[in-house]
Amino acid sequence: MLTWLGYFERFGKNFLRGAGVTLELTAVGLVIGFVLGLLLALARSYGPKWLQRAAGGYIAVFRGTPLLVQLFIIYYGLPELGLTFSQNMAAYLALGLNSAAYQAEYLRGSINAIGSAQMQAGRSIGLSKWQTISYVILPQALRLALPSWSNEPISLLKTTAIVFLIAVQDLMAEGKRAATTTFDFVGVYLAVAVVYLVMVFALDALFKFLERKTKIPGMDIETRR
Amino acid sequence: MPKPILTIKNLTKTYGQNVIFQHLDLTVNEGDTIVIIGPSGTGKSTLLRCINLLTRPNEGQIWLDDLEITAKGTDEDQVRQHIGMVFQNFLLFNHLTALGNVKLGLTRVKHLSDEAATEKAMRELNRVGLADRANHYPGQLSGGQQQRVGIARALAMDPRVMLFDEPTSALDPELIGEVLEVMRQLSLDGMTMLVVTHEMGFAREVADRIVFMEKGYIVEEGSPDEMFNHPKFDRTREFLWKITELYGKKEKEAE
Ligand SMILES: Nc1ncnc2c1ncn2[C@@H]1O[C@H](COP(=O)(O)OP(=O)(O)OP(=O)(O)O)[C@@H](O)[C@H]1O
Ligand SMILES: [Mg+2]
Repeated sequence: MLTWLGYFERFGKNFLRGAGVTLELTAVGLVIGFVLGLLLALARSYGPKWLQRAAGGYIAVFRGTPLLVQLFIIYYGLPELGLTFSQNMAAYLALGLNSAAYQAEYLRGSINAIGSAQMQAGRSIGLSKWQTISYVILPQALRLALPSWSNEPISLLKTTAIVFLIAVQDLMAEGKRAATTTFDFVGVYLAVAVVYLVMVFALDALFKFLERKTKIPGMDIETRR
Repeated sequence: MPKPILTIKNLTKTYGQNVIFQHLDLTVNEGDTIVIIGPSGTGKSTLLRCINLLTRPNEGQIWLDDLEITAKGTDEDQVRQHIGMVFQNFLLFNHLTALGNVKLGLTRVKHLSDEAATEKAMRELNRVGLADRANHYPGQLSGGQQQRVGIARALAMDPRVMLFDEPTSALDPELIGEVLEVMRQLSLDGMTMLVVTHEMGFAREVADRIVFMEKGYIVEEGSPDEMFNHPKFDRTREFLWKITELYGKKEKEAE
């Protein structure tokens, strides 16, 4: 019945190595996605008309097409144009570019919620538009976004599982190898699922902690008004 | 000879087809406290927002001292430093403490050192009676306290003139007094002030001049005595009677 627990002993090292790669993919994808997503959100809220449209187009395309298609275009398609990436690089890029579109939406929502009133208040003491964005709007918008934004790292972590299709040696790839050795697909993938679950719980706890750490006393009451 | 700080000439503002005000003239002299009154939707807030360049007038000029701030190529951020603004719903920076709110402009606009900014900010908080609340966040302060921080934040920039847009309208009656008291003291200290308010007690006692605006026009302006006791126009008398009736009750409650 519980034979699958034994797989941790047998493949523990491989799973751990794979989980390391999975976490790395998540972290790199998240960081690329955050930087680009923030730029997209700012472009949509404060950019000139053409930039707003360009950012909107980017978001629509990357949210509207399967990540796997994006990954294959980057890994198999771009080399035809002379742009060749290693497997890991292609995976980082696909995850980051895709995550950016989702993160931009989370951030834009909270930037809009902080609203033009805070912009006016900032401008009224002589801050420039970009100073107000950096010192007034973003510190509030990022805090406001945090609870819903923390879905993204978790969703991204689970999504990384598709990169085994271009032979990146992540947890899923290690699982597949173990499964083909033992032919016990249910048992092995159950063990793999448990490893994913543990990582998701850990991430969840991390962001809950971050939320508590960055909380401003009384601020949630303020923004709800 | 009184020295004009703000000179507004022939100011016109429209939103699309909607003419908010037209050919408006107003002069504010150094040290004066001018109270603007008028019914809702008359363009009082829009006028203050034009003065602060938060919105652009379509026509006309505004001078701050000798500088035409409506001229093309004016450095708006530079101008706004010298014009303090106090908002109806406070608009404090919610992620910063009272001290942080007052300091932000000092460190980021005036580029004071952290130490100098803290010292100056504490002086301003002290001036509005909130030195002991310096480390509280806006969400931990009462409305009256938040508005006083708003005043300190504007004062910290050493403005030439302070604009108040219904600073007490969002407050519970029992908190109005503390804000009006700070404003009264400011006026006594010689600050030049332009105040939109429905507080007739304040207008009567503190204003050097009262300006009655209606439908985008200045109907009448004069000293409190002229406006309350012998206004030239029936419209002025009617409005003052109505507003005193309406808000007088609230003031009574507050006492
Ligand atoms: N950004 C804007 N776009 C279009 N119309 C506007 C805008 N801001 C104000 N208005 C209109 O301008 C008119 C004057 O508004 P304003 O807020 O200046 O009046 P007010 O005298 O301050 O009124 P209240 O006493 O209600 O605050 C109103 O009819 C309002 O709908
Ligand atoms: Mg108004």
